[in-house]
Amino acid sequence: MSAAKLVRRRVSDIAFKIFCVGVTALALVALAAILWSLLAQGFGGLDLDVFTMSTPAAGSRGGLANAIVGSIEMCLLAMVIALTIGVLAGTWLAEYGGRSPYGAVVRFLNDVLLSAPSILVGLFVYELLVAPFHGFSGFAGAVALALLAVPVITRTTEDVLLLQSATLREAGVALGAPFSYVVRQIIWRSARGGLLTGALLAFARISGETAPLLFTALNNQFFNKPWFDLRQQTANLPVVIFNGALSAYDDLRRLAWAGALLIAVTVLAVTIVARIVAQEQKRS
Amino acid sequence: MSDAALPNAGPAAGPPVRRAAPRGSLIGQIFEGLCFAAATTLLLSLGGIIVSLVIGGWPALSKFGLGFLFSTAWNPVTDVYGAAGPIVGTLITAAVALIIALPIAGGVAFFLTELCPAPLRRPIGTAVELLAGIPSIVYGMWGLFVFAPLFARWIQLPLMSAAKPGSLLESLTTGIPNGSGILPASIILAIMILPFMAATLRELLLTVPAAVRESAYGLGATTAEVVLSVTLPYVRQGAIGAVMLGLGRALGETMAVTFIIGNSHTFPKSMFDSGSTIASTIANEFTEATSPIHTAALISLGLVLFLITFVVLGLARLLLRQQGAKL
Amino acid sequence: MLKTLGAAIGAALILGAATTATAAGTISGAGATFPAPVYNKWAEAYKAQTQTTLNYQPIGSGGGIKQIEASTVDFGASDKPLNLQDQQANGLVMFPTVVGGIVPVMNLPGFKPGQIKLTGPQLADIYRGAIKKWDDPLLAKTNPGLKLPNLPITVVHRSDGSGTTFLFTSFLSLQAEHWAKEVGANDSVQWPVGLGGKGNDGVAAFVKQTPGSIGYVEYIFAAQNAMTYALMQDKAGQFIAPTAASFKAAAANAKWTSAPGFYLLLLDQPGANAWPITGATFILMHAKQTDAAKGDEVLKFFDWAYKNGDADADKLFYVPLPANVKDMIRKSWSKIVGPDGKPVYK
Repeated sequence: MSAAKLVRRRVSDIAFKIFCVGVTALALVALAAILWSLLAQGFGGLDLDVFTMSTPAAGSRGGLANAIVGSIEMCLLAMVIALTIGVLAGTWLAEYGGRSPYGAVVRFLNDVLLSAPSILVGLFVYELLVAPFHGFSGFAGAVALALLAVPVITRTTEDVLLLQSATLREAGVALGAPFSYVVRQIIWRSARGGLLTGALLAFARISGETAPLLFTALNNQFFNKPWFDLRQQTANLPVVIFNGALSAYDDLRRLAWAGALLIAVTVLAVTIVARIVAQEQKRS
Repeated sequence: MSDAALPNAGPAAGPPVRRAAPRGSLIGQIFEGLCFAAATTLLLSLGGIIVSLVIGGWPALSKFGLGFLFSTAWNPVTDVYGAAGPIVGTLITAAVALIIALPIAGGVAFFLTELCPAPLRRPIGTAVELLAGIPSIVYGMWGLFVFAPLFARWIQLPLMSAAKPGSLLESLTTGIPNGSGILPASIILAIMILPFMAATLRELLLTVPAAVRESAYGLGATTAEVVLSVTLPYVRQGAIGAVMLGLGRALGETMAVTFIIGNSHTFPKSMFDSGSTIASTIANEFTEATSPIHTAALISLGLVLFLITFVVLGLARLLLRQQGAKL
Repeated sequence: MLKTLGAAIGAALILGAATTATAAGTISGAGATFPAPVYNKWAEAYKAQTQTTLNYQPIGSGGGIKQIEASTVDFGASDKPLNLQDQQANGLVMFPTVVGGIVPVMNLPGFKPGQIKLTGPQLADIYRGAIKKWDDPLLAKTNPGLKLPNLPITVVHRSDGSGTTFLFTSFLSLQAEHWAKEVGANDSVQWPVGLGGKGNDGVAAFVKQTPGSIGYVEYIFAAQNAMTYALMQDKAGQFIAPTAASFKAAAANAKWTSAPGFYLLLLDQPGANAWPITGATFILMHAKQTDAAKGDEVLKFFDWAYKNGDADADKLFYVPLPANVKDMIRKSWSKIVGPDGKPVYK
């Protein structure tokens, strides 16, 4: 190899490395800037009231307790529904029918659903679960969120499962295990990190979604009676933030920013905890 | 454990899996059935959404016909609507956002898998994923109150004063220098879709077997060459999936864009001019729309967005198949 | 893992299987964003007194109209009033609750709030793009002695549909024929020129960031953000400042008695010191209630609000209705009947 070519390769390698470091720094700077705004605006609004009192009217004392509880209820329910459908659908695409024409259609439509503006999904669930029953409900909100999370989980599940080595599958089947067992106990296990990433991405996506909830769960100034009854309009953080952030009243704005900060911190905490748990499981 | 069955010792005769099948087959069939049902549920829900959109948008579609796609009118008073402005805005912002975000996401993923010192790997990786957890309305507000003034001062004004009258630069940069417009909106969008693509790309890169990478290094390849010529092609299929994730988000994102895009329904005349996207138009006007045609027009916009997504994704798949055939 | 998931789904299905329910002693309303803060405030105080929960959510005037028509809420709220025909066509009854004003704000370095004087036709010309610079001689006519700068006028309007836009464009349509012909009035219009900001806040932000810009916002945004506002010329030719007093004057002088179904835009009202761009916000209810008790609850709430809510409304920069209008409203509630045909309000 000529010396010139070697130098060229080395230079492009260094350029590449600088590029990678540079863009990572850029991404981190953007994150820092946004977090700084979040913290600067939201931190002042965080106090004990936020966790103990319901959303207030302007000028009154209050907090985000009902919104926090409502958001947790709906996100949890949505993730349960979405994980079930998403992981199973992704598994079907990767292991069973992915290569058939029907599989190609499902895969394609999944990507289309991925790009669906959340407001349209909310509208659809409104027509399905709100209008016929003459009332907004937290349950409809959870279904709308689940519809948004499913394509993300399906996509990442299929991609990650497909990348598991063929030898793993062959080894399992060669040992005489039925295929479903191989998939569940071996492939899923080895792809666990990727499945977790998919779930976390989906959770991050739906935790801040406002538009679909506007048509399904709407919001509630107070707690549901009883607090876990999702058949009523349910308070939630994204809509509270949406209403409060553009409000003219300073205290409602501060509360909205505090809510936004809470969402970001929760997503961070869930991500960290989930990764730690996955690490522990891998070790044991 | 109940459906594990050890084969008989000794040479197998005939297809081994089928012989060991009986006890596990019911569970296997149920499992496969469940997976199939899940995939079909996906299909049905998308089908349901499209059906409800067609039903809801029918009054406008039947009134304006195909011209709806090409008209830039948007007049709620006379109830005349056309989708051309939002369509163009959607395509431009998504394309620019992808062009900005893809190299950055790739760079971040490569950095985290190849170049980053081990103790920093987890914190930086989590930090990038944190960008995904920030509610989109925060992006919108940050974009409007923080990013826009900075963009106006440090990028728009210098570029606009440097552009000579009549030059290409001038035509690309006309507009009101207050930080709103197509380009700033695309940048905010790029920041939003970055973490999804970076996290997925990194996850994919991690599945590349060590043997493949090491053999490349062993042959004397530089880091850049290993990454770009060996690991990236290895995960190409999944990488396309990551791009789809990002593109999907970019096409459908509402809150982040609507604060800073200026919201005019005509074609943007430059990168700094106002525009609108389909998602932002629907979000802005749907809750207040009272006339049935206005509501139907907005729902038709949603249908058009689905059509655009179909076309864009279909094209991407075609390209992929061609590339695959070449190899 | 599958077992736990299965159990969770089963629970979820059971939860959702029953039709949606509202707990006893709850009333729900949705609609206009403008009055949401005061409705929420009233709801808080009302709950403390009576244990009845009123849950009001701002989803936009159009949303309010849609949802009451779909009967997903007990009452809808709209900044854009329905005329009597539309009310009757949909079986609805309408009545106003509070009043607010819209203020033109601008960014003119060196000028104080209330220094600039504008007329309705001038405002329409600015928003049409016919007046392009601040030192245009047409503007100098109402501002003799003021040295207006040679800045281009950047017009800022709303990008999202809004009752605020409806009121503002109605005012412009009233004041300028060419506006009425070319653009018209609606909660969202095809603006001839300008930038679209999202929400009152978006408009205020753009105005604050762009020297030479002009926008229109609800009174509270102008006040809270200490923005430079203009004095507007009223019917008598006087230049009025936007204050709670001038909004009240507009509401007090209005001829509610000759407004069937309470359809009245408080624009350009006669009388001294009446702010010309004022408007009320309205409640919509079904004329025939399916649940008489619920209808009674809603009306009891508004009755309480009319009696006790004025102080709260004032504090939040809203203008309560005059007492005689409130009495008229109460009388009109006899039109709201239950399944048995008898008025629900006792």
